[in-house]
Amino acid sequence: MEFLIAVIALVLLMVVILVISAPLRAGGSSTRAEPARDTESGPVGAGRSEHETEHGASARVGVDRDAIAPAERHAELEAAREAKYREIRDTELDYRTGKLSQEDFAATDSALRAEAVEILDRLAALEGEGATESEGATPRDA
Amino acid sequence: MALLGRVCLLLALAVCAYGIGASIYGVRTGRWEWAVSGRRSVYALAGILTVGFLILEIAFLRDDFAFNAVADTSSRTTPTFYKAAAVWSSQEGSLLLWAWLMSLWSSLALFLTRRRIRDVAAYATAIMLGFGGFFIALMVFYAQPFATTSPTPSEGVGLDPLLRFPTMMIHPPMLYSGYTLCTIPLAFGMGALLARRVDAEWIRVIRRFAFGAWFFLGIGILLGARWSYSELGWGGYWGWDAVENAALLPWLTGTAFLHSLMIQEKRGMLKVWNVSLVLATGTLAIMGTFLVRSGVLNSIHAFGGQTLGVPFVVLIAVLIAGSIYLVVTRREMLRSEHRIDSLLSREAAFLANNLVLVALVFVILWGTYFPLISEALTGQEASVGPPWFDRYTVPLALILVLLSGIGPVIAWRRATLANARRNFLVPIGVALATLVALLAAGVPVKPFAFAMFCCAAFVFGSIGQEFFRGMRARSAMAGEAPPTALVALVRRNRRRYGGYIVHIGIAVLFVGVAASTSFQHESELGLSPGQSSRVGAYTIKYVRPTASVTPDYDSSSTQGGRELSAIIRAEPGVTLGPDTARTGATLSLGAVLDVSKHGRHVTTLYPSEGFYASEEPTQGSVGHLIGGQPVSHVAVDAGITRDVWTAIAPNIETPRLKRIVTLGNKTLPYIHPGEGMVAIAALAAAYMKSPPQAQFHLIASPLVMWIWIGGLIVVGGALIAIWPAPSVVRRRVSARSRARTERGLARA
Repeated sequence: MEFLIAVIALVLLMVVILVISAPLRAGGSSTRAEPARDTESGPVGAGRSEHETEHGASARVGVDRDAIAPAERHAELEAAREAKYREIRDTELDYRTGKLSQEDFAATDSALRAEAVEILDRLAALEGEGATESEGATPRDA
Repeated sequence: MALLGRVCLLLALAVCAYGIGASIYGVRTGRWEWAVSGRRSVYALAGILTVGFLILEIAFLRDDFAFNAVADTSSRTTPTFYKAAAVWSSQEGSLLLWAWLMSLWSSLALFLTRRRIRDVAAYATAIMLGFGGFFIALMVFYAQPFATTSPTPSEGVGLDPLLRFPTMMIHPPMLYSGYTLCTIPLAFGMGALLARRVDAEWIRVIRRFAFGAWFFLGIGILLGARWSYSELGWGGYWGWDAVENAALLPWLTGTAFLHSLMIQEKRGMLKVWNVSLVLATGTLAIMGTFLVRSGVLNSIHAFGGQTLGVPFVVLIAVLIAGSIYLVVTRREMLRSEHRIDSLLSREAAFLANNLVLVALVFVILWGTYFPLISEALTGQEASVGPPWFDRYTVPLALILVLLSGIGPVIAWRRATLANARRNFLVPIGVALATLVALLAAGVPVKPFAFAMFCCAAFVFGSIGQEFFRGMRARSAMAGEAPPTALVALVRRNRRRYGGYIVHIGIAVLFVGVAASTSFQHESELGLSPGQSSRVGAYTIKYVRPTASVTPDYDSSSTQGGRELSAIIRAEPGVTLGPDTARTGATLSLGAVLDVSKHGRHVTTLYPSEGFYASEEPTQGSVGHLIGGQPVSHVAVDAGITRDVWTAIAPNIETPRLKRIVTLGNKTLPYIHPGEGMVAIAALAAAYMKSPPQAQFHLIASPLVMWIWIGGLIVVGGALIAIWPAPSVVRRRVSARSRARTERGLARA
């Protein structure tokens, strides 16, 4: 029984080590960094590994931030866009249920829409940057 | 298996330490793979603690009394249904449940936020693992769930009979889910302050978890109230007990936060307030756990020992000091982006609601901790009772219910007087109509109750009007039939209309509270069979006593057992079998009560009291079989308009009955509980033959049922509000909104 428990404990320890160290191991072997890992470690590993090959470990920090920022900024802008759309819908509903006068609604609605467009512009700019970067990267990757 | 459990705890502690280090190192150096590794530590922690919890759960189900926790809180006679729940009735098991639930919720939170606010999430990971590490350290050094004893005891002490109640199976996990979920917004709030990212993004990320914490705490509180009403035998559902209050406090601050976060989302205001509420909610959740588990305050609900006080006090002090430091040092970046435009706006109503909720928190906090404060200042422990709480909380509750009707009908930013007049006309009309109807119906005037009925009517009027106008607008816009328009309206605006339903539920609940406390009839008296008493409009007659005896083993499996069964069955009036509530009582004595109104039979009730075995040898071979804490099994005739609530406290301390126990103790050996049961059967028969006067507690309360119905409405509304919109629908809505935004701009 004690032997069995020792085996189970060892297996548990191995599994824990494998789970926890996966991002570190993936980051360490640059050529094996695959986009598929996006679901867990995201572009972190990929960005770092790629750059590590070119410039060595000392440049990691800056490259990581560059690699992560667009993806993260995109997600945040999308969340902000959803929130702004919800706000526009709320205002419209407030107007239709008689809580806002025509003038107040018009002023609030146009202000919110302007804010929404600002977010959309920033999103478009970010997507444009991404597209340019991938176009530029394709020949090198190929 | 205990060894494996101990290994799990040590491994979990190591994982916490590693995860904290990896997360902080990752975020401080920008080496994000370390932060990801730190996040994965939380997943690993959840896996390890799941294994640990399963080991303990299996030990309880297998009656493995080698585990101290099992021997102390379970027994072979504890019904299987309750053995599974006995895990969290022990100090050690409840700590394990806390850490396990925290690891599961934290894993979910970190998985869902894995692509957002990485720097904030990394700090949050470290803080969550800090909480996990704290609770695991308690289990490693103070209250070990996998501690064993040798030689293995043949029997355990058994589950506290008070906890043998169905809702007790789910009440603690609900409450602990609420407490542990409260720590997630706290971790992200601290993370946002540490990362200096205090915009609305972190608020959006944690909103769902703050709502989840509020939801589970609410269910836990409601189940606790239900248990108190149905099991404790005092006839109430809320006694301002320290542990009840401890759960209510984070729920109140959580409620305040759920309202004020909308102001930050929409207007970029109240950043200091919001982050302070989040930090306060998390800290109050830890304080709640501390109260239940430290035994520092007397409470019927406190099931912990006295050993964990100091570590908890240290943790709470660190949390409070850390929160104050972070908020003060980041105050510049927490400045509001806008100011309140008008006092006639939803922001102002929400702010008022927040102030009332925080005032309630201060009142309850002071009343709850007053015994500790008075002991520290005067050396004597003094406490405040329900009248003190009622004096302050009742007016605040009235204002709160009123505000829950005002908020929904005011617009954001600024409402014009003309609009406000138009929107308040119907709610005020409904409130006045209610007042007139109450007076016309001849209801005795009780100021608090009448004020609450009118405030609730105001809420029904305002929210009913909101639903009606929304449905009408939707119907006109989309050309849908009214019922279809109503469903579509709620589906498209889940947060808004789910929230409105919650407001209705709260108003309904308070109507139940006001009616049942103001118009209650209560009587406590001794009755003999054949006697009756009046409670309000009801006459309750004690028809006859009942008695049942349950051996603590299967009496049909042995020759001795079969003989015992035959002896018990031969006793006139004594039933062989489990008590009515099936809680494993050795002896259950009760009454048959006939309830009538104006001479017409209404119902028959069967209250009883269970007597349980104890492990106290000095009580003797027979005395110990019924020497445990007796527990009342309440009988209630619940209805939409009123509840008739009854409890009995039979007297088994008469000289005649005591003589049977004394004689049994002298003549029967301790090691033969079956023979002792013969004496218990004789005692039951003697009780049935000449029943002594029993004490009864009889209550007739109106509208109690509406407290539970109100609670269910709150749960339903919260589910609607929290339910995520399907991603396809969300995309379609977003696309439409985008098109509309662009069309609007084109027009401009």
